Amino acid sequence: MATMTMVKAINDAMRIALQNDPNVMIFGEDVGKNGGVFRATDGLQAKFGVDRVMDTPLAESGIGGLAVGLGLQGFRPIAEMQFIGFIFEALDSIMVQAPRMRFRSGGQYSSPITFRAPFGGGVKSPELHSDSLEGLLIQTPGIKVVCPSNPYDAKGLLLSSIKDNDPVFFLEHLKLYFSLKGEVPEDEYTVPIGKANVVREGTDVTIFTYGAMVHTSMKAAEIAEKDLNKKVEVVDLRTLSPLDVETIVSSVEKTHRAIVVQEAQRTAGVAPELISVINENALLSLDAPVKRVTGFDTPLGHPLIEDEWIPNTKRIVNAIEEVCNF
Amino acid sequence: MAKTTKSGGGLAGAELQIQEMQAFQVLSPDGKVNEANLPELSDDQLRELMRRMVYTRVWDQRAVGLARQGRLGFYAPVSGQEASMIGSQFALEKEDFILPGYRDIPQLHFHGYPMYQGFLWSRGHQHGGQIPEDVNVLMPQIIIGAQYVQTSGVAMAFKRRGEKRIAITYTGDGGSSQGDFYEAMNFAGVFKLPAVFIVQNNRYAISTPVSKQTVAKTIAQKGLAAGIRSVQVDGMDVLAVYAAVKDARERALNGEPTLIETLCYRLGPHSMSGDDPTRYRIKDESPAYEENEPLIRFRKYLESKNLWTEEDENKVIEETKAAVAEAIKKADQYEKMSIPNLIDTVYETTPAHLEQQKQEYLAKEGK
Ligand SMILES: Cc1ncc(C[n+]2csc(CCOP(=O)(O)OP(=O)(O)O)c2C)c(N)n1
Ligand SMILES: [Mg+2]
Repeated sequence: MATMTMVKAINDAMRIALQNDPNVMIFGEDVGKNGGVFRATDGLQAKFGVDRVMDTPLAESGIGGLAVGLGLQGFRPIAEMQFIGFIFEALDSIMVQAPRMRFRSGGQYSSPITFRAPFGGGVKSPELHSDSLEGLLIQTPGIKVVCPSNPYDAKGLLLSSIKDNDPVFFLEHLKLYFSLKGEVPEDEYTVPIGKANVVREGTDVTIFTYGAMVHTSMKAAEIAEKDLNKKVEVVDLRTLSPLDVETIVSSVEKTHRAIVVQEAQRTAGVAPELISVINENALLSLDAPVKRVTGFDTPLGHPLIEDEWIPNTKRIVNAIEEVCNF
Repeated sequence: MAKTTKSGGGLAGAELQIQEMQAFQVLSPDGKVNEANLPELSDDQLRELMRRMVYTRVWDQRAVGLARQGRLGFYAPVSGQEASMIGSQFALEKEDFILPGYRDIPQLHFHGYPMYQGFLWSRGHQHGGQIPEDVNVLMPQIIIGAQYVQTSGVAMAFKRRGEKRIAITYTGDGGSSQGDFYEAMNFAGVFKLPAVFIVQNNRYAISTPVSKQTVAKTIAQKGLAAGIRSVQVDGMDVLAVYAAVKDARERALNGEPTLIETLCYRLGPHSMSGDDPTRYRIKDESPAYEENEPLIRFRKYLESKNLWTEEDENKVIEETKAAVAEAIKKADQYEKMSIPNLIDTVYETTPAHLEQQKQEYLAKEGK
């Protein structure tokens, strides 16, 4: 075991993948000598060479297309999008070409690509550096969407993503890169895609959440325990597509109340999908309507008020109170 | 080994060759002028160009300091690019419309955009993007390449309305790799638009040197693929940049767009958000560029003509310091942003679901 930041854990996963599989390649803007703008690929070009860890020209659609072509030829590309807001330039590859390769070829071809991008607010970054676009991605058939909340999961889930034969979008919350340290095994291990994790047991209400909101929700759960005498269960979804229906349903059946917390804007996305899953599978177990705590239906691009924009413990505790007192 | 095709002969004749050319220059690095290329400028105008470059340099140094103190948000330093920025804007008329990248705040400023709004934009305040009505610019673009394609749209609007004005846009060497870059020029060519496209080739896109961006010998030649006029200019030479843009502007008004590559150098970091040039700079390259930087060269020229003194320089430095101090004060005092204001600026009329989100916010957390 070693103590690592999340960005170090991500770096470690890619180092192991490059070491173990000659078909793994990393490319993107400034990922080589510079090691990426957050140093996620720090030292990897020096260790594995410029043919496996490459700076590309500044063109996201080029990066996406390169990944699809290499994937088709049996390579395992890890394609970095420098910030989430720049995926729009590459959406044809991310949302069409890569995820449709398998079905278009009747299962003959595949796209074993891992797209990675930092996302999320709380570090005062400029417009288009902090958006939460997972709602867009989970609407896309054929791609999996993964979002770790801590260094251990980040390394294990990234190794699973790289090994996966379908394309995976791996979302790295900016606020967690350096702020959070955790114990991480130095060797290879995987955390399975599609499995949520109950990170806090409770009996009164379940919060379903992911990414940085896991930590805000954990704090809110503690406050609710102290101030409201409520035992809050917290489920870290870890994979946003496909959702872990089994874990979601069994938690709702246990607590009979649910809240979904997402940093993303309110309309469409993970929260409404999760609520649909609950409606379809556990409606009669519910003692109260499911609540969502989310950002507002505006862009998140104004660092000066992002602290008010992003869901905070107060908003979550309010929701706990409302749901429990329904 | 068997040869499958014979090279030479007919194929060689069919191979496109790009001729060697020289970047356009008016002032040599030691301040000597090439009279044949000298644009028509009065002594006052020459002094004004120098004043603006010194102003921009001092403003930049102050802004870097403010960013270090955490008093700005995103800031992309401009030192080394003054000639390219100031010279190009100086060739415009007030009615011309600028579509800038994130680094192009000086051009906006000299086109009428107040400095304090630049500071607010840097901090991420919405008012930074509220361009005063008589100022013909767009707020700085974050998405590399987007401003280029939009330029063709703005230029088409001017053409359709029969207005005598151009649209001008800026990107960097990195930006020239985007599909949008080529698409913009191609559209401008096809529709014969009054557009001028500038690439400020400052040799790096964050850490990536231009040699990894393209194997084309020049970025200027990328315009040829779109069939538009393309020139390369010494971007450390304010007179050369001015002359090239002035000429391109005239041609643009006649439906002939131009791509202009200005060769310059970013003397500072990419931005003030953790970029460390020592990780990627080619060793020993910076000193040569520092000696060649645009202010030194132009100062030498003006001094040789007795148009610039140390006193002049000091006056501008003091003037700039005061302007920056006043602008930052104004930015600090500007009304704070709020969630309700943000919500109300997403649509012309706030729809019911957003109105509800606003009311909930006001009821529970609002002030
Ligand atoms: C579409 C898009 N991709 C990536 C980025 C991140 N980014 C910001 S600046 C930059 C480098 C730009 O280099 P260049 O075009 O040479 O302009 P310079 O910064 O040197 O002025 C990158 C990759 C972005 N802002 N937009
Ligand atoms: Mg550049």
